[in-house]
Amino acid sequence: MAIITMREALNQAIREEMQRDENVFLMGEEVAAYQGAYKVTKGLLEELGPKRVIDTPITELGFAGLGVGAAMAGLRPIIEFMTFNFSILATDQIINSAAKMLYMSGGQFNIPIVFRGPGGSAFQVSSQHSQALESWFAYFPGLKVVMPSTPADAKGLLKSSIRDNDPVIFIEQERMYGNKGEVSDDPEFTIPLGVADIKREGNDATIVARSLMVPVALKAAEALEKEGVYCEVIDPRTIRPLDINTIVESVKKTNRVVVAEESHPFCGVAAEIASEIMERAFDYLDAPVKRVSGADVPMPYAKNLEDAAIPNVQQIVAAVKEVAYIE
Amino acid sequence: MGAEDNSATGVMDPESAEVADPRLDAAQAVKAAQKQRFAELDRKTLTSIYRQMLLVRRFEEKSAEAYSTGKIGGFCHLYIGQEAVAIGAISAIRKDDYVLTSYREHAHAIAKGMSPESVMAELYGKANGCSRGKGGSMHMFDKEVNFLGGHGIVGGQIPLATGVAFATKYKQTDQVTLCFFGEAAVNQGAFHESLNMAQLWKLPCIYICENNQYGMGTSLERSMSFQDISEKACAYEIASEFVDGMDVLAVREATLRAVERARKNYLPTLLEVRTYRFMGHSMSDPGNYRTRAEIERYQERDPLKLFSASLKEEGILSEADMKKIDDEVRAEVEQAVRFAEESPLPEPEELFTDVYAEPIPRNK
Repeated sequence: MAIITMREALNQAIREEMQRDENVFLMGEEVAAYQGAYKVTKGLLEELGPKRVIDTPITELGFAGLGVGAAMAGLRPIIEFMTFNFSILATDQIINSAAKMLYMSGGQFNIPIVFRGPGGSAFQVSSQHSQALESWFAYFPGLKVVMPSTPADAKGLLKSSIRDNDPVIFIEQERMYGNKGEVSDDPEFTIPLGVADIKREGNDATIVARSLMVPVALKAAEALEKEGVYCEVIDPRTIRPLDINTIVESVKKTNRVVVAEESHPFCGVAAEIASEIMERAFDYLDAPVKRVSGADVPMPYAKNLEDAAIPNVQQIVAAVKEVAYIE
Repeated sequence: MGAEDNSATGVMDPESAEVADPRLDAAQAVKAAQKQRFAELDRKTLTSIYRQMLLVRRFEEKSAEAYSTGKIGGFCHLYIGQEAVAIGAISAIRKDDYVLTSYREHAHAIAKGMSPESVMAELYGKANGCSRGKGGSMHMFDKEVNFLGGHGIVGGQIPLATGVAFATKYKQTDQVTLCFFGEAAVNQGAFHESLNMAQLWKLPCIYICENNQYGMGTSLERSMSFQDISEKACAYEIASEFVDGMDVLAVREATLRAVERARKNYLPTLLEVRTYRFMGHSMSDPGNYRTRAEIERYQERDPLKLFSASLKEEGILSEADMKKIDDEVRAEVEQAVRFAEESPLPEPEELFTDVYAEPIPRNK
């Protein structure tokens, strides 16, 4: 065990899995000589060589598709998007090729590939470089979507994603790369996909949060505890497959739920979670499910406007009070 | 062999821009060229190429029939007229080499070694189809013969094939990858992104542009600012050739040259193979964007007719030999139809299989 950053945890996961399996290679913009735009891939070129750590041209559709083709022929690519904003150019290959290949081929070609990189809101980079895209990818059967919120989760989940035999969208929160936490150095340390983690236990209300919203929700829970309200904070960690059972079990105990997310509310993951809760635990609810989402606008540049677009502790506290009918 | 041959035979209409490419020989000249190439090929190889061409022609005729009676659904893009491209090119590779193509793929699948039964059963949406009834006409796959699809988005297979070639080089095998696509795919970013990577990283991928001169109903002239596709390779310093796609042996020879480059030196090649489809873009195409006269002009250069005439004139195959082959091929296609007819539909549970490699229990 050591205290390391999320950036270092991800780096360890990639290094260990590449050492473990010759068929894993890493490809993306600036991943090799530049050591990664966010330094997640630092040192990998030197250690693993240019055959396996490959700088690409700025050609997202091309190298995403190349990765899928390489997976069809037996390799296990890790494709880095410098940010997930650029994955938009590659969505044809992610959705029409990676997600559907196993199905359209009648079970012949599974695609063991990880598309990873930073996503979500970043620091004052305006609309095109700061957005949450997980609901796009989670929509498609055939894809798995993973969003870690701690260094330990980041390492354990990325290792599982690289070993997984299906395409995994692995979204790292750009603002969280420097967050620190305790992480196992056991090379066999993994965290299974599709299993939620209860980040904090409580009986009065459930807060479902992922990625950047997990630390925000935990702060909100701390603030509420001072007022005598004990919140349970659940991090699904994997958006697809979604561990809905853990969420529903918590709702059956607390009878109140807030779903926090930094993405836009319309057709978002929180809407799906709210719907699932309504279908499975309607009779246990003492209040309608409350969503706290990012503003339904493109991300602005100005600091004060950007802050207002991303959910904060106060909004989550207010939402919990609303479902708990506390004035 | 150039423009003078064409004008001499009078087959090419000088007023018809879409036919009068000076690099294409008239029917007589194609036959003459084919006969010269016969010297290098044994009778078995020539017969096998002829048989394959005839098989996919008859297969497609049968597909059209089954489509019109509602046995085949969805989109159905036929290959009639283009047989020399898939058959010629795939005759130049090994069984363990890879093939990827677009949605106009029945011929490529059969040429790569898939059984007409499994292809027809897939068209029928049956459980015994090559993709177990989940892919249909546009998405056929067979891992056993390294046929990696059937892809429905124009140009989508080009980065995929580049990745397959990347993998073979990574594993240091000497396999090559053939990537077929239509000329309309050349306008997609996927084409340019892939060629750039293929030459940058020296990948053994052979890009075969089947230029049938129409992207659905839009002619090359109406969609491409610079129409010399083989020349576009120079933007990436990739070796390229323009090939007459009505001459099966010319396609084979050009592919053999590209295969040598790929196998020995991990180098890509772009082949522009000029061809023509005699049928519509798909079965639902009324075809009113081209004239009857234009189609007839190309039918004079029907690749199957040219090749069978050469074989006959050179005494490689007699009338009786050809009749026998035709009977065999027709029987094989009939058998494929019977197999498809008699195959079961996929079980209803199949709806939910093959979504993930390890099944995820559905949320109840």
